[in-house]
Amino acid sequence: MHHLIPLLVAVPLLGAALLVATGRHLPRMAAEIVGFAVSGGTAALALVLLLNSAPPMVEWVGGWLPVDGESVGILVLGDGPALGMAALASLLTLAALAYSWRYFDEPPRDRTGSFTALMLVFQGAMCGFAVAGDLFNAFVFFELMSVVAYALTGYRIDEAKAVQGALTFGVVNSLGAYAMLMGIALLYARTGELAMAKIGRGLDAAGQGGPDALVLASFVLVLTGLLVKAAAVPFHFWLPDAHAVAPTPVCMLLSGVMVELGAYGVWRVYGTVFAGPGGIPAADLTRALVTLGALTAATGAVMCWYQRHIKRLLAYSTVAHTGLFLVGLGVLTPEGDDGVALYLLGHAGVKAALFACAGVLLDRFGSVDEHALHGRARQLRATGVMFAVGALGLAGLPPFGTALGKSIAEEAVGGPLTVVFVVASAITAGAVLRVTGRVFLGLGPRPEDAEYETSGSDEEPETSGLLRRVPDTMTIVPAVLLAAAFAVGVVPGFGALVARSVNEAGSGGAHTSVHWTAHGVLLGVASTVLAVALAGLAVTRPRWVAAPDWAAPLRRLQSGHVGDYVAWLLVGATVLGALALPGVLGG
Amino acid sequence: MHVLPYLVAAYVFLTGCYGLATSRNLIHAVGCLAVCQSATYVLLLAVGYRDGATAPVFSDIKPGSRPVVDPVVQALTLTDIVVGATVTALLLALVLQIAKRHGTIDPDELRELRG
Repeated sequence: MHHLIPLLVAVPLLGAALLVATGRHLPRMAAEIVGFAVSGGTAALALVLLLNSAPPMVEWVGGWLPVDGESVGILVLGDGPALGMAALASLLTLAALAYSWRYFDEPPRDRTGSFTALMLVFQGAMCGFAVAGDLFNAFVFFELMSVVAYALTGYRIDEAKAVQGALTFGVVNSLGAYAMLMGIALLYARTGELAMAKIGRGLDAAGQGGPDALVLASFVLVLTGLLVKAAAVPFHFWLPDAHAVAPTPVCMLLSGVMVELGAYGVWRVYGTVFAGPGGIPAADLTRALVTLGALTAATGAVMCWYQRHIKRLLAYSTVAHTGLFLVGLGVLTPEGDDGVALYLLGHAGVKAALFACAGVLLDRFGSVDEHALHGRARQLRATGVMFAVGALGLAGLPPFGTALGKSIAEEAVGGPLTVVFVVASAITAGAVLRVTGRVFLGLGPRPEDAEYETSGSDEEPETSGLLRRVPDTMTIVPAVLLAAAFAVGVVPGFGALVARSVNEAGSGGAHTSVHWTAHGVLLGVASTVLAVALAGLAVTRPRWVAAPDWAAPLRRLQSGHVGDYVAWLLVGATVLGALALPGVLGG
Repeated sequence: MHVLPYLVAAYVFLTGCYGLATSRNLIHAVGCLAVCQSATYVLLLAVGYRDGATAPVFSDIKPGSRPVVDPVVQALTLTDIVVGATVTALLLALVLQIAKRHGTIDPDELRELRG
């Protein structure tokens, strides 16, 4: 069975190559069917492998098996989390392709299938990053995933904002990737290994006296790359720009799984490389991740509340949620990992569905501006209902998968950080509910415009002209995604299954049980109530919750200038180093 | 092994970052990104260096007859160059399109996406 793991990368790449080679001669229908078949086939393969992932599988690509423990081969790893992320990426790609059925303008004759081909490369790169067992391959797939994402973000090259957002995305993410490569080079210099597990063992063997400056430098550099992808504060500035301008099916993938792959990378790299006695002590990782995660959650939630551009609002909500994922991973308990895994699955479904609904607004009205759309979408009942349901999912209303994951993670982090979980999810959900109330129900007065913001009106629709009626695919896909997010929480035994496969790969095989607790249900209901109350206040008494003066500097940081973002990236790397420093000094 | 190549790598990387942060021209900025990447080449090759060793090409030397530098980092550097060429080409294409759509390549004038 383990021989099949490399196919997760090879099949989408071959499918993309086929489409690039023959796409221009195919009718559009045929090109899209090839896309479905390839991405669906890969998704099925990922699920089959996932069901057989215990005990974890290992494959040496091309049969370059290690001799006497030494190897020059490429290692791919098929354990629960890796194959789970690959399956999630594949299923979301399938959903995004289904959503984009007859979505763009009829492409020019010589470019039929190019969008589908790019999506397949994206899928292959994400699967490759998920299953990569050595650091250099992780870097290569990281870069492949990034480059395709820049191309897809700037897919509508005639749009002024799209190319600008794609360039910012490209510069910041590539710089992060090069930082990661420098970290990998330092690790290779110390251990002479590239496979993650062997680097970990090499560090432990070389550093009996604890970590030194080189380990700290490589840790900071590798984590900088991964945290740029995960959009942790202050590495997050590229994300709202990219998500605001990318085509909607691409946003579903960017927000649903690519950003989360950054958090997954942090978990994987820390667990296998830096967790030993020669690596970074657990207390330092906890300090770094929990601090950055809490900051990220707070910044994301505040910025999310003050957006009127609906896609930017959803993008900031993703920032806030990745902050919560980082906090959950940072406490380094098996329960925290389980909670984050379930939260991530639920979040992927909910967020992709919300982006899909925002895409309907964009193509129906040519605008994603909350103010300009006030009351105009009353007739889009199905979309409105799904928007509201998605908001409740974000808030963590039981029994959504988000609620189950959030309650387990909350219990794992405990103490005052529980407040961060409740408030961040309530504010992001409240913002989405506020949009639902204003846009789909026309509640409250038309809000006033602020000075320093991106409005989101006068956007070009992604379809040929404005839609008269919403195609069924654009309704069914978000409905299925929401149902899936719901199923994560209600299907009996699913949570336990996820927990078992996560714990088998990490946490030294410690098994934990995940289940609904009265405490978790109450907190979920509390954050939902808080979200509804905030949305109600915003709609009926806009002045009470209007932007206070202290939030203005935070908005000004998002200046749209790529140089500023690079400067913040360097600041972030320094902060990360400072947070991890005490363990190195103490060792 | 001397520490100088490592300092050069760090210096080149930070120089590139400084250029990126202060750039007034997007083509210059993409060039600065390529400078940052050059730092990774320097670092990788410095890691694999051995005193008195030759290139790891075994067509004219007998294996084991004399030391060779580490071929793994050279393979990594080549891969890195391919990756970098792709990224640079794509980013320059985006700059071209920005010049067409915005009529400027000064990042100070591209501040639409903000707040």
